[in-house]
Amino acid sequence: MYHRFDAIIVGAGGAGLMAAAQFASEGDVAVVSKLYPTRSHTGAAQGGISAALGNLEEDHWIWHMFDTVKGGDYLVDQDAAEVLSREAIDAVYELEHMGLPFNRTPDGKIDQRRFGGHTRNYGEAAVRRACYAADRTGHMILQTLYQQGIKNQVRYFNEVMMVDLLMTDDGVCNGIIGLDIQTGEIHIFHAKAVLLATGGFGRVFKVTSNALALTGDACAILFRRGLPLEDMEFFQFHPTGINKLGILLSEACRGEGGIIRNGKGERFMERYAPTLLDLAPRDMVSRSIHQEIRAGNGVDGQDYVHLDLTHLPAEVIEQKLPDISEFVRTYMGLDPITDLVPIQPTAHYAMGGIPTDVEGRVTVDGDNTVVPGLYAAGEVACVSVHGANRLGTNSLVDLVVFGRRAGKHMLEFMRQNDHQPLDPEPDYRARAEIDTLMSNETEENGADIREELQVHMMDDAGVFRTAEGLQRLQSKLAELKDRFSRVGVRDKGTTMNMDLMETLELGYLLDVSEAVVAGALAREESRGGHFREDFPERDDANWLRHTLAYKTSGGIEMGSKPVVITRFEPKERTY
Amino acid sequence: MQVQFRIERFNPDQDTKPWFGEYTVEVEPTDRVLDALNLIKWHQDGTLTFRRSCAHGICGSDAMRINGRNRLACKELIRDYGDKITIEPMLGFRVIKDLVVDMEDFFASYRTLQPYLINDEPAGVGRERPQSPEEREVFDDTTKCIMCGACTTACPITWTNEDFLGPAAIVNAHRFIYDSRDQGANERLEVLNSKSGVWRCRTIFNCTEACPRGIQVTRAIEQIKRTLLTGDNNPD
Repeated sequence: MYHRFDAIIVGAGGAGLMAAAQFASEGDVAVVSKLYPTRSHTGAAQGGISAALGNLEEDHWIWHMFDTVKGGDYLVDQDAAEVLSREAIDAVYELEHMGLPFNRTPDGKIDQRRFGGHTRNYGEAAVRRACYAADRTGHMILQTLYQQGIKNQVRYFNEVMMVDLLMTDDGVCNGIIGLDIQTGEIHIFHAKAVLLATGGFGRVFKVTSNALALTGDACAILFRRGLPLEDMEFFQFHPTGINKLGILLSEACRGEGGIIRNGKGERFMERYAPTLLDLAPRDMVSRSIHQEIRAGNGVDGQDYVHLDLTHLPAEVIEQKLPDISEFVRTYMGLDPITDLVPIQPTAHYAMGGIPTDVEGRVTVDGDNTVVPGLYAAGEVACVSVHGANRLGTNSLVDLVVFGRRAGKHMLEFMRQNDHQPLDPEPDYRARAEIDTLMSNETEENGADIREELQVHMMDDAGVFRTAEGLQRLQSKLAELKDRFSRVGVRDKGTTMNMDLMETLELGYLLDVSEAVVAGALAREESRGGHFREDFPERDDANWLRHTLAYKTSGGIEMGSKPVVITRFEPKERTY
Repeated sequence: MQVQFRIERFNPDQDTKPWFGEYTVEVEPTDRVLDALNLIKWHQDGTLTFRRSCAHGICGSDAMRINGRNRLACKELIRDYGDKITIEPMLGFRVIKDLVVDMEDFFASYRTLQPYLINDEPAGVGRERPQSPEEREVFDDTTKCIMCGACTTACPITWTNEDFLGPAAIVNAHRFIYDSRDQGANERLEVLNSKSGVWRCRTIFNCTEACPRGIQVTRAIEQIKRTLLTGDNNPD
C-alpha cells in the first residue's frame, strides 16, 4: 500500500512523540511504530529528567553542561551539550504544561533530587537537578506525549515495522518501507522528511535492562545502506540491574541514599570515587563492581554484589521508589526495606548510534555533511551529548530536547521542499529480504543464534575488553552470520507473524554487533564506557575523536570525526 | 522444573475455532511465565504468538489469562503456579491470533474521555503551573495505568455491554478530573454520567483484582460517582 505524508516519524517513544508534538497545527505527519502505542521503552525510565531549574538549591545550566562533558569523559560534543543543558529547562516546563505530573516541593514547584554525576559548582558535591514523577518519570513522559498526540490527532501506524529506508540516487531521503505485522502487508511511506527514533540495541547483550523490541533496527538499516554509525564502541552498563534478570533498579535508589556493598559488607566506592561515592558516573561504578567481583569480593564468591537500602526510612522507599520496591518483591521475593538486594551491572544504553547535528539531521562523514530529509533523535542517534558515558537522567533530556529540535527542523524542511520521486519499485529490497527468510529451509534456528550472540557479546564486548577477546568475537560473529543465512522463518502465515519480525530483528542485531566490535577493536584506549584492559589509560593524543563505522563490500571501514570543544578543555576525570 | 502449558491457539489463516496446544518446558521456579512462553516460541513452536516488550511489567504488552485470571505474563513467576499452567487470551476482545487481541476499541474508549490536560490559560514562560504535594497526591494512583487492558477485560459488564467505556478509560479520566491544573472535568463527567459511563459499574472489584499496577480501580470509579452525585470535586 502506498501512503504519502509530509513527514514520517519512526518510533513512538519520547523522541518520536516529542517531534510529533511540533506538528500540532501544521503538516501531515504519521508515526510508525512496531509496537502498540505506549509500549515504547521510554516508559521504563525511572529516576528523573535533569534540568537546572534551581528549585531547591542554586543551579546553573553551565554546571549541568560541565557535568555532562566530564561524565562523558570529554568525548561529548560541547556545542550539543550546551544545547542540551540550556534547553532542558524549557523542555521540562513544556512537559509540565502538557500535564506531566511531576512530584512537587512544599511550595508547589517541581521537586528535584540528586543523581549520579550531577554536581554543583563543577564537581563540588551532588546537586538536586533531577525532576521526577516518583520512580516512573519515563512512564509519565511517554503517557503525557501520547496524550498530546491524541489531542493533536496524530496519525499512528501501530505494529508496523520499518524494514527499509528510501533514498534518491542523489542521496535525499524520501521515505521508508514498513512491514505491517498484523497483516503481513508491505507499506510504502513516501515523505519529504523522515525521523528515525527507534531507540537502542541493548538486546545484543545477554543481561540487559532493554525491552525485547530494542534490536537496533534503524541503525542496522542505515548501516546496510552505507551510512556510518558513530562511537558504537560506547555502551553503558548500568551498575544496579537485578541479578541475572537485568531489570533496572534506578540510580534514584542511590540518589535517595542507597549504598552498594560487596560481599564483606564494605562500601567499596569509598576506594574508587571518594567524593561522589555511590553517585559516581555509571561506567565507574560498574567497573568498580566488576573489580570487586574479580578480587573475590562478590557475595559468597559469586558474581554479584548488594544494593543496600535498609538504612533508609521505609516511607522514602515506599513513596519515592515504589515501582523499584515492587520489582524487588516480585522478582527476588525480597523486601528492600529489610533485605539487601543482589545486583550486577546490566547492559543499558547505547551512547553511539546514527550521527546527527544539533538539529537532528543525519550526517555521513567527518565534515558533518547532511543527508537531506533524514533525521534521527533519542537513543538511536549520536549527537553526541553523551560522549563516552551518559549521565543518569540525560537520556530523557536528550529525547525531549533533540526530539523537539528535530521536529521543528523537519517542519521547516517540509515547508521548503517537495516530495522527491520514488523509484518505480521502491520496496524491492525489502520484499527480497522477506521472501528469502520466508522461503528458506529452517536449517538453523534463529533463537539459537541470538542466544549465542548475546552470550559472546556479554563476555567479550562487555565492561572489560581486550584485543584478543574482540578478535575472537569477530570470528564468532562471522560464524553466526553465516549460520543466519540458513535461518528460515517457521511461521509461514501472514497474520501477526512475530517469528518473521524476530528473524528480521536478529539480522539487525548481528549487523549492529559488528559495528560495536569494530569500534571497540579500533579504539586502543580506555574512556568512559569503553575499557580496554590492554590499553587501560585514556589517550587524548590519539583518541580524542569520534569513530565512524562504514559497512563496505570489503568489510567494515573506520573513519573519524573531531570532538567539538568549546568551553571545557579535557582534564583527568576523578570524582 | 518441568511445567506443562496448555495454551489457547487460533490462527485465522487456517483455524475455524480456537484449540489448545500442549507444551512441556524446562524452567526455573523463579522464571517468569513470559520466559516460558519465549522458550516455547523459540525452541518448540515458532508460530506461537503473543505480544511482549519490556518484560518487567511496565509496557503493558503481555496481558493474558493465566489460570483464569488476567495477569501480565512478565510479572508472574512459575513458582506461584506449580507445574500446570493454562494460558488464554483476554476475554471480550476479538482474537487476532493466539494470545494477541484487537485493542482498537479499547483505545477508542480511552480517547472518548479526552485523556490529556485541558487548560486554556497561558501557563507562563519559564515556570511551572503550581501544584501542592497534596493536590498532586490526589490523583497519584491513577497515573500508574499502563493500558494493558487487564481491568477492562476482567469486568463482566464489558463482556455483555459494548457501550460501557470500561475501567481503564475511567481510570485515565480520573487522572485528569482530579488534577488541580485541569479545567476539563465537566466535559468528562458529562460522558461518565451517560449510559456508557460509571453507572454501569456494579462494584464487582474484578478490575481492582486484575490491575497489575495495583491501582484501586473500583475506588477511582466510586470517587467519580460521588463527584457526580455531590458536585464535590474532591474525591475524599
